[in-house]
Amino acid sequence: MTRDDIKDLILEIIEDIDDEADFDDLDPDKPLRDQLDLDSMDFLDIVMELRKRHQLQIPEEDYPHLATLNSCTAYLEPLLKEA
Amino acid sequence: MYSDDQRVVITGVGLAAPNASSLSEFREKLINGISEIEEVDLRYFGKAPAGTCRFEETRYRKKKENKKGTRAGCIGVYCSHEALRDAGLEPGSYARDRIGVYVGLTEHGTVETENEIYNIKGYGYDVSYWTHHHNPRTVLNNPAGEITMSLGITGPHYSIGAACAAGNASLIQGVQMLRLGEVDMAIAGGLSESTGSFGIFASFKSQGALADADDPRQACKPFDVNRNGIVVSEGGCIYILETLTRARTRNARIYGEIVGYAMNSDAKDPVLPFWERQVQCMQLALDRAAMTTTDIDLISTHATGTRQGDNEECRAIRSLFADSPQTYVNNTKSIIGHAMGAAGVLELAGNLGSFEDGLVHPTINVTELDPACALDNLVINEAVQSRGIGTILNNSFGMMGINSVLIVRKNIL
Repeated sequence: MTRDDIKDLILEIIEDIDDEADFDDLDPDKPLRDQLDLDSMDFLDIVMELRKRHQLQIPEEDYPHLATLNSCTAYLEPLLKEA
Repeated sequence: MYSDDQRVVITGVGLAAPNASSLSEFREKLINGISEIEEVDLRYFGKAPAGTCRFEETRYRKKKENKKGTRAGCIGVYCSHEALRDAGLEPGSYARDRIGVYVGLTEHGTVETENEIYNIKGYGYDVSYWTHHHNPRTVLNNPAGEITMSLGITGPHYSIGAACAAGNASLIQGVQMLRLGEVDMAIAGGLSESTGSFGIFASFKSQGALADADDPRQACKPFDVNRNGIVVSEGGCIYILETLTRARTRNARIYGEIVGYAMNSDAKDPVLPFWERQVQCMQLALDRAAMTTTDIDLISTHATGTRQGDNEECRAIRSLFADSPQTYVNNTKSIIGHAMGAAGVLELAGNLGSFEDGLVHPTINVTELDPACALDNLVINEAVQSRGIGTILNNSFGMMGINSVLIVRKNIL
């Protein structure tokens, strides 16, 4: 997967969680939870969806990497290189 | 005698039933005996008659919240907002920490647990795929908690587990908390999401208590000689309860006053009802209301359409109301099925309209009345125009031998 593919994947997962999510003004360097209607349980939905879709087991200590769209993409890029 | 600060009145009703999404629609369907019970196809179980609610699920919260929460929570949020609106109130009309939310449930968590086991089956039963939503969805206060989150209520919330007497039990809890001065307003009622569980259908079937009929609308037939069991329904009904003083102060429309209530236990059998204890329960409610049987204009029965259950309740009513043959008797489950934790409160709500129009809605699907159920003034198949209904006695009984009775009076004396 390319970086753009991974960004699309993350946004697609968020849209599945909240079909009213608005990405127009999303700043990729700011925390997703500050910009979207996502609580801690929604955030865990992202982790679960990555597990279901790509069999990724993201350890809890790595969750901070998923905070922003850019940090998320950077973290997932090597993990999804072959996907 | 209670002071006006301790007298509790109903000032709002919000509901979701298999045939209606508002009190006025519900009333109209009941008077005309319109059932919308359908055949459903359940995972593992197969086909069965059941009642499904069709309300506007996103009227009061986002689809996202409905996905995250439970079906009972979704129904509860809708009913609570509708009840407040019906009462002419907003969550901020009372101090938010002085509002209590009391929700009656027959069971909770069954649907969510079944769904999760089915979900991980698709992943070879690897429990790392078990959802993190499972615990918040299955804690027993879940539906009441979802209501507080949606309305921003910071007072107490919890569930009342009382099998199929839970709806009545929640109203009793609301009355008691208002009388104790614990809260200034109670949002109380019952909810059920039971149609989402194949296990509930399968258990009733194994018990020989699940209704079956070619036409699902005719499956639930209390008092009929050929009745063969329960029709499982989902549903909800939430009431706004206030003290008489506060309701009068804000010039609220008052549906009626809860003047009597009682609960007791058979202490006998897990599933079989017991008429003598039902008599005691009704008598206790009458005593607390300072009423006699002849003061009751209408009995809203619990009867579910099982052979023994209907027989026991009819025996109890015949025994206690022998001196009051003019008291009307009807049944709502014949039209909407058994909404479990919501049953008692939906059935009471369905009859509240009789205070205004004097009509008693019928028990439908009675082709051949069982002589054991031939009560004096049983209303069957067609609504009856009475000379006026001023009091309703609402029966609700449940498994583990739990009995509950509510008496509501129209006039504020």
